[in-house]
Formats: sequence, structure tokens, C-alpha cells
Amino acid sequence: MELVVFIITAAVALTGALAMLLSKNAVHSALFLLLNFASISVMYLLLRAPFLFVVQLIVYAGAIIVLFLFVVMLLGAERVEDEHDQLGRWQQPLALVLAAALVVEAGYILFRGGATAAQTPVLDELFGSPEQVAAALFTTYLLPFEITGAILLAAVIGVVVLHLRVQAKVAA
Amino acid sequence: MVPTIYYVALSAALFIIGVIGVLTRRNALVVFMSIELMLNSANLALVAFAQARGDVGGQVLVFFVIVVAAAEVAVGLALLVAIFHTKHTANIDVISTLKG
Repeated sequence: MELVVFIITAAVALTGALAMLLSKNAVHSALFLLLNFASISVMYLLLRAPFLFVVQLIVYAGAIIVLFLFVVMLLGAERVEDEHDQLGRWQQPLALVLAAALVVEAGYILFRGGATAAQTPVLDELFGSPEQVAAALFTTYLLPFEITGAILLAAVIGVVVLHLRVQAKVAA
Repeated sequence: MVPTIYYVALSAALFIIGVIGVLTRRNALVVFMSIELMLNSANLALVAFAQARGDVGGQVLVFFVIVVAAAEVAVGLALLVAIFHTKHTANIDVISTLKG
């Protein structure tokens, strides 16, 4: 049963990612990325990470995709690739060759079979519950958690400073 | 229970799609989305390994990755808006100088 859910969700995730890659319109790309993020959040449920399921939906599907859509529509940058395509005809084939090399590498590592899974530990009912994640977050990982606050503050200040500079340049 | 290797294979596939996006697409916003896709695939592998090892540390690490990704998207999109106001394009073939 779990495997069926996994296969369906994986198919949706791969479809979303490929459609994101192939669609010409950046708005469509963002919406397909949303589909991909949603299916990955379902994966988190399958992997017994309900806390990350909610965080993924709120932060990625909620905040980040909306931000992307806003910026794409604000700039009117849906189809910038149509206008200038003068540089590098050789870039695309080279990129595909490099990606094929990466596929071969990944396939080799996956099917080499050397790294057989270690004995899967028996997971208790509580594993991955928000209580357990929070306990680890606020004890073992307390310092990184507090540094997170500094990172977010730095990002907020950076965005405000960038915006002020743009406004000054537009006014000038 | 789904074997961990399936999750890792899916994660590798998504990562490779993200790499192709970064290498082939010329729209800076789509390149950015591809980077997000790669971050997500790495997160998926981390959560899969956390379950396989019975260690909740992997989930905590994914939480930190999501926080950093959110900050990165905010700053990155602000940079893109600033570049767009001076260069009037989001095509990364045209944006090739650091000076505004």
C-alpha cells in the first residue's frame, strides 16, 4: 500500500519537475514547481516526518512559490528567453552531455549494490513526531537554531537595503 | 515500508532535473527555481536517511535547510528585481557584468 502511494507520488513529483524544466512560461514553471513541492511534502508524510510536511507546505508551497509568482509577474519576465538567444548555440548540447554524465554516475552509484542498507532500526511510535523533533531542536541543536534567527534577520535587512537602493536609482 | 534506495533514486532524479535546468535555461527566475528543486531533492534524501537510521537529526537538518532556503530566496529575488531595474532583462546571457 505504502509502495503504491510512493510510486504515484514519485510520478507526480517527476512530472512536476520535468514540466517545470520544459515549460516556456516562467509562471507555468512556478506552478509546476508547486506541484513538485506538494508531492515532496507527501513523501515526508510517508517518511514519518509530519512536522516537515507542514513546514514544507507553509514555507515552500506557501511562501516561496508565492514570492516567485509575485516577482515573475511584477517584472513581466515570463518569456525573456524568446527575445535574446544570440549567445552560445553550443551551450545546450554541452549541458545535456554533462547532465547525461551525471545520470550515468548516479545510476552507477545506485545500482553498484555495494552500499547495502544497514540493518533498519526498529522505529518506535514516537519517531519523527513534532515532540521528538522539537526536543532535538531545542537541546542538541540549540545553537544552530539560534543562529537561524541571525540568518533571517540578515536576510530581512539585506532585502530592505536592496529595495532602498532600487528606489533611489529609480528616483534619480 | 518503502526501501530507502527508492527515495534516494527519486532524489537523484530530481537533482539531475534541477542541474539540467540550471545548465540549459536562460531565464534567471527559472534557474533559481531549479536551484530550489535541487535543495528539495537533497532534503528528501536527508529525510529518507533519517528514517533509515532512526535518527531524528536528519529532520532537524532539513528544517535548517528550509530556513536558509527561505532567506536565500528572499535575498536572491530582491537582487533579481534590482538587476531588472538597471538592465531591464532577466536573461542570464545578457547579465554578464557585476557592475550595475
